[in-house]
Amino acid sequence: MFTELLGQHFVHTALMAGAVVAVVSGAIGTFVVARGASFAVHAISELGFTGAAGALVLGIDPVAGMIAGSLLVGGVLGVLSLSGRERDSAIGAVLAFGLGVGVLFLSLYQGYATEATNLLFGSIVGVSDRQLVELTVVAAIVVAGIAATYRPLLFSSVDPATAEARGVPLRAVSVLTFLLLALTTAEAIQVVGVLLVLTLVITPAAAAQRLTANPATAILLSIVIALVATEGGILLSLQQPWPTSFFISTISFAAYLAARMRTWSS
Amino acid sequence: MAAFTDQSPRARAPVGEPVVRARDLSVAFGARVLWDGLGFDLAEGEFLAVLGPNGTGKTSLVRILLGLLAPTSGTVQVTGRPPLEARSRVGYVPQQRAFDRDLPVRGLDLVRLGLDGHRWGLALSSRGADERVRRALADVGAAAYCDKPVGRLSGGEQQRLRIAQALVSDPALLLADEPLLSLDLASQRTVVDLLERRRREAGTPVVFVTHDVNPILPVADRVLYLAPGRWAIGTPEEVLTTETLSRLYDTPVDVLRVRGRIVVVGTPDDEGVHHHEHEH
Repeated sequence: MFTELLGQHFVHTALMAGAVVAVVSGAIGTFVVARGASFAVHAISELGFTGAAGALVLGIDPVAGMIAGSLLVGGVLGVLSLSGRERDSAIGAVLAFGLGVGVLFLSLYQGYATEATNLLFGSIVGVSDRQLVELTVVAAIVVAGIAATYRPLLFSSVDPATAEARGVPLRAVSVLTFLLLALTTAEAIQVVGVLLVLTLVITPAAAAQRLTANPATAILLSIVIALVATEGGILLSLQQPWPTSFFISTISFAAYLAARMRTWSS
Repeated sequence: MAAFTDQSPRARAPVGEPVVRARDLSVAFGARVLWDGLGFDLAEGEFLAVLGPNGTGKTSLVRILLGLLAPTSGTVQVTGRPPLEARSRVGYVPQQRAFDRDLPVRGLDLVRLGLDGHRWGLALSSRGADERVRRALADVGAAAYCDKPVGRLSGGEQQRLRIAQALVSDPALLLADEPLLSLDLASQRTVVDLLERRRREAGTPVVFVTHDVNPILPVADRVLYLAPGRWAIGTPEEVLTTETLSRLYDTPVDVLRVRGRIVVVGTPDDEGVHHHEHEH
């Protein structure tokens, strides 16, 4: 049964989509964690859900709606460049309202309920060939964006005061970070769903930074952990017909726990 | 607005191009004028202490010199150019701030960012850059722990890295904004010694913003004292007197010299009495 499934086209598509999403999630996650913006990821993903639900009501592609919703919130958060408690409470307020609107959209939507469930919990095995192409194009944009702005992105994430003094345009970099994050989030939603985006964007990066202090190595490790979680999760769900998202989040969390238990030897 | 300018030979503007030339600067936020008519030259090799209570625009002055804030009026030049254009020639040492313990950044990454972190693109390894970073780390005595996560280092070790980060780009001017805050006395001395050594060996002038003048009293050539709405500049002996500070604050203030330390008593917030303040 397992080997039979491995030969299936939809499994190949799922594995490739999972890999693409894991790479971008793992990469951007390092900067998001360094900025202390984990909560923003959650907000962006829930507003991506609102955008997708709105698109369903309008009868257009939910992925387009999701990207629009994520980008809108990401852009606003980037422009505001809030920090600390103010950012926390502002995100909480926006997130709750956005989710409320999403609930309304879902109740207005007369189509299949599975569409909504897929949005919330992911539907990696349902990824189409066209979706895979879209995922890859968006991922290429995010990777190119990170590479083109790597140094200011890192500088402003770890050391904003000095970065500003050295001429890094903090606000522009902040907007760019959140836009790249929004695109990544819209990608991850298609694999693990709105509610589990953190498992690919935050958990691998948080685990990786317990294992190395070298920023480039941390990014690579974060990508590797995200890859293992996604591909492992997809393969396990072929063996055992439980939700893929469950397996992905379990592997990701296991990596985080293992990394936390490893103490620094200095 | 009263301005007390100095006349002493030690404080006079030197011949040749000053590194900082400030003329008639004023800063106002809405109706609140922090200071106006502020002017001074900073020569090569000079150590200028910027003192004063909170809210008198010490940080605004730093931001003006970095080109991050435009003065309400007046002009300022750094190495003969507008501050924004001279920014790559300025080394900036901020106050110590705790890094996240798990932040994936080592001391050598921090110093490397000081070299080219403001440039776009990936940080490609180059022998020249690696060598400059290595030398900057060795110069401040931070080589031993430069591969440890910065968040796990002591405040004093972090400040050494900050100085290496500021010096790695071979600056023409050093700006230190409360670099001693929340450091123990030994680390305070190290920070002052490292900046003083750079000033002595390379002639790089230092603008040093601080609450407490005592740690830098032995090395400060001049003091710029910012009081609410007024300022004074001159040698420490000229500015840090009962007479000058009483005029600045417009209220009787006593400047006491106790065991080689200066204690200012009677200012609205008892400035100069060494207190540990944490600004975040």
